[in-house]
Amino acid sequence: MSGKHIGAEAVAAKGWLRAYKWLMLRRLSQFGILALFLLGPLAGIWIVKGNLNYSYTLNFLPLTDPYVALQAAMTRHVPEKLGLIGLAIVLVFYFLVGGRVYCSWVCPVNLVTDAAGWLRDRLGIKGSAQLSRNTRYWVLAMTLIGSAATGVVLWELINPVSMLHRGLIFGLGAAWTVVVAIFLFDLFVTKRGWCGRLCPVGAFYSLLGRWSPVRVAARERAACNDCMDCFEVCPEPQVIRPALKGEGKGVGPVILAANCTNCGRCIDVCSKEVFTFSLRFNNPASTARTD
Amino acid sequence: MATTNSKSSKSGTARRQFIFDAAKMACGVGMLGLGLGLYAKQAKALPALALRPPGALPESDFLGACIRCGLCVRDCPYNTLELAKPETPVATGTPYFTARNIPCEMCEDIPCVRACPTTALDHQLTDINKAKMGIAVLIDHETCLNFLGLRCDVCYRVCPVIDKAITLEKVPNPRTGRHAMFLPTVHSEHCTGCGKCEKSCVLEEAAIRVLPPKLAKGELGHHYRLGWEEQKKAGHSLIDESKMIDLPDRLPEGATLPGHYDPASGQTAPARGLSGAEGGILPGAPSGLGGKP
Repeated sequence: MSGKHIGAEAVAAKGWLRAYKWLMLRRLSQFGILALFLLGPLAGIWIVKGNLNYSYTLNFLPLTDPYVALQAAMTRHVPEKLGLIGLAIVLVFYFLVGGRVYCSWVCPVNLVTDAAGWLRDRLGIKGSAQLSRNTRYWVLAMTLIGSAATGVVLWELINPVSMLHRGLIFGLGAAWTVVVAIFLFDLFVTKRGWCGRLCPVGAFYSLLGRWSPVRVAARERAACNDCMDCFEVCPEPQVIRPALKGEGKGVGPVILAANCTNCGRCIDVCSKEVFTFSLRFNNPASTARTD
Repeated sequence: MATTNSKSSKSGTARRQFIFDAAKMACGVGMLGLGLGLYAKQAKALPALALRPPGALPESDFLGACIRCGLCVRDCPYNTLELAKPETPVATGTPYFTARNIPCEMCEDIPCVRACPTTALDHQLTDINKAKMGIAVLIDHETCLNFLGLRCDVCYRVCPVIDKAITLEKVPNPRTGRHAMFLPTVHSEHCTGCGKCEKSCVLEEAAIRVLPPKLAKGELGHHYRLGWEEQKKAGHSLIDESKMIDLPDRLPEGATLPGHYDPASGQTAPARGLSGAEGGILPGAPSGLGGKP
């Protein structure tokens, strides 16, 4: 057991509610979206039909997953009109709010890997097999080339994200084994292994949100007391350092790295209220207080 | 000099490390890709009894066009379709149905095709009677009750394209010598593969099954011409029949061949027990009950 509990300082300084605000909103979003999808098959109230690959809301709003559509395009198949409209909506939305918002606010596997990450921390499991954070981009490239070569939407054959989401809505079958495998992989093999290193869906969305305006910024980085809680809690801790510690190197306080998932946990756990949601444009090199 | 050396050796180490890392990635991910590629090849082999929804592209195209959303499943009013689970021997997440469980009811408005956001289900298909989900084949002549001489007829009665896709062909029952057999006969050009015949077959295991066209159909050599059809098209025989040589029929002495046509004389020997117009028809080719289309 780790002696110090991540975020304990923040709870003491800001109170429980504010120290868990973004986490709770995020869980609300994840479970809320899942509930909307489940309302049809479980209660017969058809607000949303389909799954995360493509859904149709209230017979009005189509939403298409651009990564699946891209793989299909690699096999030389383009969606029909509704599919294309849904594609445009999703592309614009994630470009604006941050590509990996999909990972932390929508994706059901995030619940699994967050649970594994939490348990890993609680059990004090330290060892972690080396796996580059760039692996996912290689997997992404492989799935696109592979789709073109085989004529099959390749990643969908084993994609745990759609397997879990589709499984919850259309019947799980053996998909639970894949979910358990990811949980155990993140718990015992590699810390933040699936979402942080392997998943090509996240890799795709990180590229989609490469230039998105909504970002987390370390506006009050001068107040940082080096408690390291943000690094501990962040699923992609490498994105924090340039912004938080960049004062001396002339780097602005906005976290510009594409792999920041905009989950907002760093905002929660910081007792000094260093972080805040912000726009990427307001990014002065120096944030040192002049007064 | 010393600094340039250490500099170049340092960049050399970095370069080696970069190449090594890239090679490691390429190999690891390449292996994953190879596994996936082989799995994709397996996934293309759709099991014979798993049928795709109406208008589905050929399997090799379908797996590239379908985005596994399940909208077709949702809009099917009869819960015919389901999405393949990981353990099903159908590509994960793709829609299929099993005729023996729930067949396709052939809705006139084809809601499954209309719901599809991709080209996986062909939106050009607006007449459900033109669907080709598969072709019914009366696969077991040994257990089919009509082949045993009974009048089950269930597959024929339930066929939504009755008298076109399935007809009952009357033939003599050689076992009794005095009865008829009414053989359910599928005509592939009209069969949509809906599977109602397979679903309703009264046997423990269906004697009639819907198979993918590739399994169900033979294919003539492309150079084949059917003489009688060419004759119909041309309005006359394509060869001079008077010059045809009819080789002697090897028959036991004194025997005759009823219904035998001699092209040289243009004469047909009278068929046994038949007279008039029917005399010219070869035995063993009975007229259909419902009549061929």
